[in-house]
Amino acid sequence: MVEKTLDGGSEAAAEPPETAAAKGDERLREVSAMTKLMRRPELGAVAGLILVTVFFLFTANANMFTLAGIMNFMAPAAQLGILAIGAALLMVGGEFDLSVGSMVAFAGLIFGACLVVLGLPLPLAILVTFVLAAAMGALNGQIVLRTGLPSFIVTLAFLFILRGMTLVGLKLATGGSTQLRGVKDAVEGSWVAGLFSGDAFEGLFAWFASMGWIDTFKNGLPKVQGVPVEVIWFVLFAAIATWVLVRTRFGNWIFASGGDANAARNSGVAVNRVKTILFMLTACCAALVAILTVLDAGSTDARRGFQKEFEAIIAAVIGGCLLTGGYGSAIGAAIGAVIFGMVLIGLTYTTIDQDWYLVFLGGMLLTAVLFNNYIRKRATGER
Amino acid sequence: MTDVSTNGASSGSNGAGNGTDVLIDVRNVVKHFGSVIALAGVSMTVKRGQVLCLLGDNGAGKSTLIKTLAGVHKPTNGEFLVEGEHVDFDSPRDALDAGIATVYQDLAMIPLMSVTRNFFMGREPVRKLGPIRFINFDEADRVTREEMHRIGIDVRDPQQAVGTLSGGERQCVAIARAVYFGAKVLILDEPTSALGVAQTSMVLKYVDQVRSKGLGVIFITHNVRHAMAVGDRFTVLNRGKTLGNFAKDEITMDELQNLMAGGKELQQLSASLGGTV
Repeated sequence: MVEKTLDGGSEAAAEPPETAAAKGDERLREVSAMTKLMRRPELGAVAGLILVTVFFLFTANANMFTLAGIMNFMAPAAQLGILAIGAALLMVGGEFDLSVGSMVAFAGLIFGACLVVLGLPLPLAILVTFVLAAAMGALNGQIVLRTGLPSFIVTLAFLFILRGMTLVGLKLATGGSTQLRGVKDAVEGSWVAGLFSGDAFEGLFAWFASMGWIDTFKNGLPKVQGVPVEVIWFVLFAAIATWVLVRTRFGNWIFASGGDANAARNSGVAVNRVKTILFMLTACCAALVAILTVLDAGSTDARRGFQKEFEAIIAAVIGGCLLTGGYGSAIGAAIGAVIFGMVLIGLTYTTIDQDWYLVFLGGMLLTAVLFNNYIRKRATGER
Repeated sequence: MTDVSTNGASSGSNGAGNGTDVLIDVRNVVKHFGSVIALAGVSMTVKRGQVLCLLGDNGAGKSTLIKTLAGVHKPTNGEFLVEGEHVDFDSPRDALDAGIATVYQDLAMIPLMSVTRNFFMGREPVRKLGPIRFINFDEADRVTREEMHRIGIDVRDPQQAVGTLSGGERQCVAIARAVYFGAKVLILDEPTSALGVAQTSMVLKYVDQVRSKGLGVIFITHNVRHAMAVGDRFTVLNRGKTLGNFAKDEITMDELQNLMAGGKELQQLSASLGGTV
């Protein structure tokens, strides 16, 4: 009986005042596990991941969930995920960037041109690409902050500006073509290339194969030679971004800037600096994806990253980001990207027409937004 | 910036040692916005342990005056002294550093963020682990729970969103935050205007508590009843000018009401409504 009445008032009367702190801890336990769970922004993404996994367990060829199958869908998931995590942080900060897809193409052009046309060494080309991307991000941010225009409009303008500049730039660099080749030859022998292309942990996987823990070809080589590097980048980035968002001062400032920029400013948060850094980060995410894909393909073209901005934003929304800012999760966006990868590749393991992918995209977005709004009202007790 | 000053009372006693009891002294402050004269020479003083009520109808210049004190606007003309020293604020941060904390009507609280995150927004306690810096959430949660307990708000879990608190509780959290971070002067911008009776009395009770700690409070309102409940002095503004400064025993509630409305019309209206306005 006594354990059941957790009413603070009656307890306060019975207890001496010194135990106030202890009582505070006691009240903590009143928060039910369900409420705690509902308060997590990534709940929807986890539920979606489970749903999609169960769906493919029943409908897809068993090969999908072998090691090789998982690597198959994790590679595109990782590329989208890097963009989605950047987009998620920016959305939590209260802004959008619709130019990330075009930025992938633009950064690809810069990177390709540095290597093939200018003949720069790979590390320098990577540096130039990141610096230019960050500069474009900062430009986006400054226009948004100084004019007070919605970031939706400003970055929509850059969606077209950057795509157009990529087309023009590619023709200038190649003498008329919209595809720039020869990247593979230009980076031949550079150890840095290993950080941005190919597989990681090859030794480990060879050892796994020799121990008979993973599937091998007849000659004893493992069927999966390692983890694609983009997956490593993706996982690392997801972990760091999540930690920064929920555990650091900068993360708190991101939430504050997106929640209410004025209130944040009045409390001494450097809102403009936070937002500018986030725009630069988003652009750098696009540059990283550009470098990864260009090195992988050995060429770059004008359609690279086409419509990726929408996919990234959708993944961020599935991950629990509110379109109004101030709420969301980096790990949620990462899970959202994995859901995308699973569906995109997973449909090829089924007898279902692959073009259902687009229907899924839209349906998932709609469901996620409705779900997020509901959860937000429940979790915050919004009146 | 990261260090957490103990409380308002101790910094208050330091100031008393210098022999000055006047915290804020505003002399003939003028503020123009283009051709609009928002403030046409306003003077007032706020002393330690005193609640100054700033009254006035809409458009009287209350908001402009407090935004000038809070460092949002720069005065066009006039003098502004904090503890006897001339000050010149360029930003809200400067005013905060000088010990002037403003709790705005729209609260400066972010509903979707937790009580702890709101409480420490902009001044998070940081722990260092080599080159890595992160928020010390154990410390932040503990302080938040203690401070909330002190003002009698039952925060079950400091990680719960501020949106789950009532309007009165949010005002109290905002005030508690300002007091905790060592404010000497609190500017409260219509803290009771959107609240019900029970929540208003909760906020007024807390304002009284803050005063007894030795802080100066500027309480902006257009509700004379609320002003009379906690005010020690009353300054009435009308059309950008000071209509008068009064101590509590120099003026009645009715006189204050009439002065604020600035005319006989309201008096007549009030009479026809049975004195209920």
